[in-house]
Amino acid sequence: MTTKPLRLRELAKGEDRLTHGHRMCAGCGAPIIVKQVLMATDYPIIAANATGCLEVSTCISNFTAWKIPWMHSAFENAAATISGIEAMYKSLVKQGRIEDKQVKFIAFGGDGGTYDIGFQSLSGAMERGQDMMYICYDNGAYMNTGIQRSSATPFGADTTTCPAGDVIPGKLQNRKDLTRIMAAHGIPYVAQASPSHWMDLMKKVQKAFEIRGPKFMNVISPCNRGWRSRTDDAIKLSRLAVDTCYWPLYEVENGVTRITVKPKEKKPLVDFLKPQGRFKHMFTPENEWMLKQAQEYVDKQWDLLQKEAVFSGGEEKVEDKPEAAPAEEKTEVQ
Amino acid sequence: MGKIVAVTGNEAVAEALRQINPDVCAAYPITPATDLMQRFSGFISNGKVDTEMVLVESEHSAMSACIGAAAAGGRVATATSSQGLALMWEMLYIAAGDRLPIVMPLVNRALSAPLNIHGDHSDGMGARDTGWIQIYSENAQEAYDNTIQAFRIAEHLDIRLPAMVCMDGFIVSHSIERVEYIDDDKVKKFVGKFKTVNPLLDLDRPKSFGPLILTDLYHEYKRAQHEVMTKVAGVALDVAADFEKMTGRKYELFEKYRMNDAEIAIVVMSSAAGTTKDIIDEYRKKGVKVGLIKPRLFRPFPFKEMANALKKVKAVAVMDRADSFGGYGPLYYEICGAVMTLEKKPLMINKIFGLGGRDYLPDQAEYVIDELIKIAKSGKVKTVKEYIGVKE
Amino acid sequence: MSKSKGKKFWEKLPAGSVVLEAGSAVKFKTGTWRSMRPRWIEENCIQCMFCWMYCPDMSIKVTAEGKRGEFNYEYCKGCGICALECPGRKGVKAIVMEEEGK
Repeated sequence: MTTKPLRLRELAKGEDRLTHGHRMCAGCGAPIIVKQVLMATDYPIIAANATGCLEVSTCISNFTAWKIPWMHSAFENAAATISGIEAMYKSLVKQGRIEDKQVKFIAFGGDGGTYDIGFQSLSGAMERGQDMMYICYDNGAYMNTGIQRSSATPFGADTTTCPAGDVIPGKLQNRKDLTRIMAAHGIPYVAQASPSHWMDLMKKVQKAFEIRGPKFMNVISPCNRGWRSRTDDAIKLSRLAVDTCYWPLYEVENGVTRITVKPKEKKPLVDFLKPQGRFKHMFTPENEWMLKQAQEYVDKQWDLLQKEAVFSGGEEKVEDKPEAAPAEEKTEVQ
Repeated sequence: MGKIVAVTGNEAVAEALRQINPDVCAAYPITPATDLMQRFSGFISNGKVDTEMVLVESEHSAMSACIGAAAAGGRVATATSSQGLALMWEMLYIAAGDRLPIVMPLVNRALSAPLNIHGDHSDGMGARDTGWIQIYSENAQEAYDNTIQAFRIAEHLDIRLPAMVCMDGFIVSHSIERVEYIDDDKVKKFVGKFKTVNPLLDLDRPKSFGPLILTDLYHEYKRAQHEVMTKVAGVALDVAADFEKMTGRKYELFEKYRMNDAEIAIVVMSSAAGTTKDIIDEYRKKGVKVGLIKPRLFRPFPFKEMANALKKVKAVAVMDRADSFGGYGPLYYEICGAVMTLEKKPLMINKIFGLGGRDYLPDQAEYVIDELIKIAKSGKVKTVKEYIGVKE
Repeated sequence: MSKSKGKKFWEKLPAGSVVLEAGSAVKFKTGTWRSMRPRWIEENCIQCMFCWMYCPDMSIKVTAEGKRGEFNYEYCKGCGICALECPGRKGVKAIVMEEEGK
């Protein structure tokens, strides 16, 4: 199948494979991600979905927003569920009982269902070499059950299970770097994406679908309820996550790391943190160390990523680390 | 007539799976079921079956993959035991609630703690309420026969429920017995082609499996699930009748042994029934009117038929190879539930035996029968629940 | 519960609660959730389609030529992403948010 051209006006003529009428909160990032993923390709897609916001809000009672075959069974097993579906497809095609229509298999899960409770089944499916793509919409906490801390919750964040109090100022640990952990599985394709950079995201989906075997893509998914931000800033915040290098856009293809979008100027992390109520307590004088620590961590990770890109052969040389630019609002379009 | 072989229970069930040729299996090793899927994997490696095997990283994923595969639309099997079944627990309910006809040999084994790998029914009994059909087997022949019949029952268009075929860990799974195999083509014909119902792989009619169902409809879905269970016994008997025509081996919802004129009876499942039957024969020689009932279909439980079988009995000992700590043994509750409808109820006692593979020996059966004789004579029960075969 | 053709309500439920009609969520109108309402000012629209790409609720209608049409108010939840992301013409927004019911 030829790769679909990513021209907005052409794409817009296509049919939505996730329909309106779903019940995600107003301004949620997840349906934007799902829509972009499904739109990137014309291949038939079958999806499994871990229990979570996306799952409960898109298929309730006899209302489903999915126009593709879709299955939810439990929280921790989207990767295993899609493995079974894929195995049946393979078996029936092999036996000549169904026609091979080049079906692509996707598992969607939130960070809770992916980083934490579903980590084992994800790791297993990747190691087995299932022909599937796992897409994590990472909103950095258990939003569906009411904003509890997950291993994807960033340092400092105020959640309902690590509330910023007088003694403990929010989450004290850094987030688990799942994208790199998935890359360490040695699978053919791993990527990190953001709905703000739709073209980059969709290209990654397209690339992944041309590769046989297990693929993983981690996508930042703003949640205005959990991040305590505005309902209109999902795209703005996900763009800031990229521009501050909090959420670098990169891919690891057969062990070669490539940074796919390099911010023209690396913005200070506070630009990303400031609009979010979950980081509000970090902006008090006594918690200044938190901002410093959070920035240092991002800088370290970004530095490491750039080095890795060079070592792995994805980049020619390490560019000079751009100085953090002062915080300023800028209207930017991609 | 098919081939007569000397094989273990695991080997016999693996052979049944080879003959049935499931489209997908997903499994994870656990003693004493490991050997079953290990043998089956050999069939895959040697091209004897078309099965796609998903070698998952846990039993939770095994059942999850089976659920995905079954929803996709094809014949699915797995096997497990004990802790493995316990880890699947969440998914067992989903397999049943989604009405997916997965067949799973369960090699019954004790649950931790303390860790033990030997046979008892704690695992199967823990899955009693999951909505799975449960069939218990006494020996390797029954395990083989029940596996073949289970596919027909589970996949029946009026049923579409998952089914467990249980056999005692080690006692049956690892003991070599005489087993009569049915010819491959006969098994294939008996089981028939898999019929799909709402397959997920049908791209022209996309479906959504596993919606969120809240207070408006959940109760109704469960009512419907119960209704399906009420149809299982009838289907199981029809399948058994066909099976008898093919093999001459007769299966019912439960086996009645020397029950015609029985005044006292033992109800016991699986391998322990064999030992008990021998002791019953000894007592019969002495003129004691004792019989045995060996439940085969434990879920759904045939309450009416069971009540009918026990209506003339004065005293019943229900022997449980599992315990509900702080309660009676699980089988005891079922039999109590059954006899409740009788006007004249038998006196009932409950013996807990053989936990963690503790040998069930002839003297234990003698002890129980002697007590039943006394109860029938005196009309009095001293102790309802008692552990037997305990070192004191 | 309603009875028809002799079957009870629960007997008519699809086996295993499978939803057989793809995209049936279109029958669930989420437009009533809205407290803020986006207004499209066509003359300021450069047809960049970003609003369409970023709309979480697939609530921007598209013409046969692939051009932006009106909002689909039956589903639009009024999040305002479209208005924030709208580059407008020479900095003048083509989408503005207004209070619902005013």
